[in-house]
Amino acid sequence: MDFAEYLKEQRNQEWRKELRSNIKSKDRTAIEKVHMPEENPHVRNTNNIEVNTGLTMEMAMKEAQRCLDCGDPTCISGCPVNINIPKFIKNIEKGDFLAAAASIKETNSFPAVCGRVCPQEIQCEQKCFYTQKLNLPSVAIGYLERFAADFERKSGKISIPEISHHNHIKVAVIGGGPGGLAAAFDLVKFGYDVTVFEALHEIGGVLKYGIPEFRLPNEIVDVEVSTLTKMGVKFVTNFIVGKTATFDDLRVEGFKAFFVASGAGLPNFMNIPGENLINIFSSNEYLTRVNLMNAAKSEFDTPVFSGKNVAVIGGGNTAMDSVRTAKRLGANRAMIIYRRSIEEMPARIEEVKHAQEEGIEFLNLHNPIEYLGDDQRRVKSMKLQKMELGEPDSSGRRRPVPIEGAIEIVETDTVVVAVGVSPNPLIPRSLPNLNMSKWGTIVVNDQMQSSIEDIFAGGDIVRGGATVILAMGDGRRAADGIDQYLKSKF
Amino acid sequence: MANEILEKVNFSENVVKLIIRSPYIAKSRKAGHFVIIRADAAGERIPLTIAGSDPEQGTIMLVVQRVGVSSAKLCDMKVGDTILDIVGPLGEATKVHKVGTILACGGGVGVAPMLPIVEAFKKAGNRVVTILAARNKDLIILEDEMRLHSDELIIMTDDGSYGQKGLVTDGMKAVIQREKIDESIIIGPAIMMKFASLTTKEFNIPTQASLNTIMVDGTGMCGACRVSVGGQTKFVCVDGPEFDAHQVDFDEMIERLGAYKTQEKVAYEAHEHECKRKH
Repeated sequence: MDFAEYLKEQRNQEWRKELRSNIKSKDRTAIEKVHMPEENPHVRNTNNIEVNTGLTMEMAMKEAQRCLDCGDPTCISGCPVNINIPKFIKNIEKGDFLAAAASIKETNSFPAVCGRVCPQEIQCEQKCFYTQKLNLPSVAIGYLERFAADFERKSGKISIPEISHHNHIKVAVIGGGPGGLAAAFDLVKFGYDVTVFEALHEIGGVLKYGIPEFRLPNEIVDVEVSTLTKMGVKFVTNFIVGKTATFDDLRVEGFKAFFVASGAGLPNFMNIPGENLINIFSSNEYLTRVNLMNAAKSEFDTPVFSGKNVAVIGGGNTAMDSVRTAKRLGANRAMIIYRRSIEEMPARIEEVKHAQEEGIEFLNLHNPIEYLGDDQRRVKSMKLQKMELGEPDSSGRRRPVPIEGAIEIVETDTVVVAVGVSPNPLIPRSLPNLNMSKWGTIVVNDQMQSSIEDIFAGGDIVRGGATVILAMGDGRRAADGIDQYLKSKF
Repeated sequence: MANEILEKVNFSENVVKLIIRSPYIAKSRKAGHFVIIRADAAGERIPLTIAGSDPEQGTIMLVVQRVGVSSAKLCDMKVGDTILDIVGPLGEATKVHKVGTILACGGGVGVAPMLPIVEAFKKAGNRVVTILAARNKDLIILEDEMRLHSDELIIMTDDGSYGQKGLVTDGMKAVIQREKIDESIIIGPAIMMKFASLTTKEFNIPTQASLNTIMVDGTGMCGACRVSVGGQTKFVCVDGPEFDAHQVDFDEMIERLGAYKTQEKVAYEAHEHECKRKH
């Protein structure tokens, strides 16, 4: 049965038909979209508690009624991991929240994570019938996904997907971030003997070291990872494939295929004067110290510099995470410095809104050109070039151009550079024959297979810097690719 | 058990040698590689250059000097204790080749990572002249092991309590003026490397320095370890740890090493106080 037939068969089940007939479509569309409850911005910016507190049961069931259970559920085409969205939402409408969670887990092992960090507004929700045809706010698919996952977790009845058979073929997943975990989930379901090798001392990749507690509590990541453990996935931390052991060593140990999801390890800097002054950090360093190493807590040994006057360079989600972290570490002034206007920032609208509520300053159309230090080489100020918007560039956004002579000096004692990342070079350097792009990413075909037939790759090491959910989508595609490859071989 | 401490030798009051079970790293490491270590669940990740390994026994050797909380935790661990996390081998291995005569200069605990490098250059057929330098006799480490792999071993102490009295650079100049040196390698405290590098630069001797900067992940991810080499920013963890010493901006590196000195001092005093309270 193909995917379209499966969706149709599911949609034609009696309970779905009955739900559809219970409420008229025009009554459904008349319901106002739910608002996500949030912690008070002036309280939350002093602690690490989660900003979005989650929908109540009543809110979720009401919001689920808005979903029209369309005959052609276009929302699914916007989901990189093809969640059966109407099925899980209708389960919520019916009040069967555990069934809703199980429906999501048919294709996504991380609903509590994705419900929090996916940019739904440019994915499923953008393809929702409400957005596409009614010019109304979409069904809150992301909030509902999170609701179902949180309900299941709190119920203590987390469903563990069944493994139909074990084929005892060993597959290695390299990198314990979202891409690797998604691949491990599908591979173990297909019956493979899966081991995830992780370089850091904890599993989760960017979900752990990057995304802050106030947006994604680590405990939630741990619970979703434990589902994989229960399904039989083995995890090895502190292990760098290509360094600790070579691919050949692992082939000798019996691994028949590899999925490389080693991420975009290398932080970009702008190469401007003064960038190596003390207290200028990459966002990776700043966030890793706080999130992975717990630097802000006194009982942990790792230090972090808690500046009073923090400038974060960049306009993406990582920049928002960094600047909001700075505020929580006690900054009096926490500011975003971004060379384009606020409308053109790549960060999610929700993140920008949350940052604004929390008292973050936005210096848009400003670009740092030099950092100045004190006599101990600690940063004390930065030179900012003011910009204006010119003609659209290749990204379709209006190109920022410097206004001649408009230079401003702004005091700062901490700078966090969040201008993107480059692929981690460790794996490619250990495989001289691997076909790489000029940007240092691994070249793969549609099945995510690299130029070395037993090595597949996905996520940021292929894309150069993308999102959690795109990495997960790659992981799923690679799992299919590996399955086909191994079936043709064994 | 992996990461277990099998042997511990106190070189001096503040310097210990640890032999640790780590079979994969013991097999895969080469001269110049380092590991990242986290002693316990509250610990920070710190880089330590590997001083040697025994692939048969599946062990690696590390030499640790007590300078702050993290190194103190390692120094205070006992035989049978397990280090929570060890990852490696990291960095690029030393480029070992036959060039003629090598002048190897190790200062303080920098002698430990120098050991496998000296061994490798000797094996590659070079004449190796080694200088060990320290403040005093008690701080000279691994003398016998170094002597084993060197054609000549010179010891320099600041106070003259052992070997010759003088700085490492005094010893270096004497050797350089005496015979032709084809390449030099220097490992030690940043300030020692700065002046050792200036010395070989004066005589146009190609020189590598192995840098030990602040790191968090050690895999290229954080950029805490960045240094200026020939005016370009490099990451010690993935581009190094060895660089052309004459191109390294040691002044910048020294300042960056002190980035957390205030926090480190406070934390170390608290740690010492806590240890005393427990005993």
